[in-house]
Amino acid sequence: MKIIKLIIKNSLRHKLRTFLTILGISIAVIAFGLLRTVVTAWNAGVEASSANRLITRQAVSFIFSLPYSYREKILKIPGVTNITYANWFQGVYIDKNQFFARMAVDANTFFDVYPEFLLSKKELDDFKKERTACVIGSDIAKTYKLKIGDVMTIEGDIFPGRWDFVIRGIYKPRDKTTDATGMYFHWDYLNERMEKEFPGRANQVGWYVVQIKDPAQAAEISQKIDALFKNSTAETKTESERAFQQGFLAATSAIVTAMNVISFVIIGIIMLVLGNTMIMSARERTREYAVMKTLGFERRHLTGLIMGESLLISFIGAGIGLFLTFPLVEGFAMVIPKGFFPIFRLEPITVIFACSAAVFIGLVASVPPIQRALKTNIVDGFRFVG
Amino acid sequence: MPAIIEVQNVSKSYMRDNFQIPVLNNINFNVEEGDFLALMGPSGSGKTTLLNLIAGIDKPTKGNILVGGTEISKLTESALAKWRAHSIGFVFQFYNLIPVLTAFENVELPLLLTSLSKSERKKHVETALSVVGLSDRMLHYPKQLSGGQEQRVAIARALVTDPLLLIADEPTGDLDKNSAAEILTLLERLNQEFKKTIVMVTHDPHAAEKARKIRHLDKGDLV
Ligand SMILES: Nc1ncnc2c1ncn2[C@@H]1O[C@H](COP(=O)(O)OP(=O)(O)O)[C@@H](O)[C@H]1O
Ligand SMILES: [Mg+2]
Repeated sequence: MKIIKLIIKNSLRHKLRTFLTILGISIAVIAFGLLRTVVTAWNAGVEASSANRLITRQAVSFIFSLPYSYREKILKIPGVTNITYANWFQGVYIDKNQFFARMAVDANTFFDVYPEFLLSKKELDDFKKERTACVIGSDIAKTYKLKIGDVMTIEGDIFPGRWDFVIRGIYKPRDKTTDATGMYFHWDYLNERMEKEFPGRANQVGWYVVQIKDPAQAAEISQKIDALFKNSTAETKTESERAFQQGFLAATSAIVTAMNVISFVIIGIIMLVLGNTMIMSARERTREYAVMKTLGFERRHLTGLIMGESLLISFIGAGIGLFLTFPLVEGFAMVIPKGFFPIFRLEPITVIFACSAAVFIGLVASVPPIQRALKTNIVDGFRFVG
Repeated sequence: MPAIIEVQNVSKSYMRDNFQIPVLNNINFNVEEGDFLALMGPSGSGKTTLLNLIAGIDKPTKGNILVGGTEISKLTESALAKWRAHSIGFVFQFYNLIPVLTAFENVELPLLLTSLSKSERKKHVETALSVVGLSDRMLHYPKQLSGGQEQRVAIARALVTDPLLLIADEPTGDLDKNSAAEILTLLERLNQEFKKTIVMVTHDPHAAEKARKIRHLDKGDLV
């Protein structure tokens, strides 16, 4: 027999009580895991959408464009730090079934406003220098086996004609949530050909992307932009990139903050549950601890015995909880509308956190019973009547 | 015969709510090696207290206690624990076995503090259990044993480390007549055959008859 056997036998002494404690810890760990997953998913979503970008589009519909001249006026609004613009180009690459975003963008500013597209300085310079250059995402490069210097030929549909682009850059996604399937080329190149071929469609911008200094000003600046073009032929509609309304954003983030807090409150609750179980056990075993001390067992032995039991229970509870959290998170991911969160999964950090919490809870919950066991001298231990 | 226990001018009082309760008053006596002493006296006369002092689980307020030449009243808590582990075998009135451990495991418990290997421990435990006549009950749990059997397991646990002294506090106090007689015969045998020095508290005159010597305590005084 080893001490560990006594620890296990001790923990099984009140099977129902131990079972309920483990159940409590498991449920709490599941709740913790789910809450943390939502909080992480929310934060990832917010990060990916960059709260400091606003999209200004034609008020009636996305398919109508806006005058290029708006650019200067929007830039003058206080709080606006940068502006870039783009046109949806589409076209057919290879055949009609190859879908990915193909856009004409302002070569000078686009990659400044979208820092999550990682491009080397040389690639960016090469792209800016060459009128017919384009940049593609690393996923696209992989899918179509494209490399720098290759020519992409696209048959225009929205903008008719045959278009040849030279690949001068392949961007990598900065975050797991960053889209790596885009293709971007010079808006100037598109505009030049429009001036020549369809003068009526020149100097038109699909949408503006407005970078602002302070995300808290998103609503205010959006209103200012839209007010600027009120009663013009092309009224605008500006919203933050996530297309969340300010109110919803605030409300949701309050809920997320609450979830954040609750997830830690849960840890406190498990600590109390386990601590209560441990102190009840220690009380009942007062005489036995006195016997063990009489036999020569010392402080460190009793500390190990009690702490070991506390850790054993918290580990089993946390283990079962985590084991069940994985399928539950997957289940949740299936019922949440697609795209609501860019990622929704149990992150390793959450697992690590739950495990550290289990250790912490096991240790902390064992402190009062250990103190009690050590403080009670042998004679008082024998005289104790539970 | 040399004295194995020397109790010198020992007094003990407990503090309760700022009151000093004197329990033992200037006790002096010796116990010789190989002796079997019965301590008798009415309830509350301080028998358990005296036994606890000799066993090193409590400290005197005044005086010295030497056991096997060691001045135990001066040892630190940790040194005292180590000393108890190899010097004292304690038998309680209410057996005090660990309910979740089998008879074998209960007897093995004090050996976990030694450096004995698993197989050596097994040998010692089996020997101790055979001495008390419970070789066939090794895997029984305390609640599957009778009171007399439980007390015999407790005696085996006290014996297994081959201690200097066996200390028994009313070992038959909770047993029926026949079981009590068995336990007393066993203690007598341990004293005669195995030369164990035994100090036993009892207030049963029949029990005391088995001892070689009898001392009486009355209200904290040895008479
Ligand atoms: N830990 C203690 N705290 C306070 N009083 C105690 C304690 N232990 C014993 N006493 C008191 O000391 C006296 C003697 O107790 P004890 O030695 O147990 O007597 P006995 O074993 O002879 O019945 C009793 O009055 C008892 O209440
Ligand atoms: Mg007593």
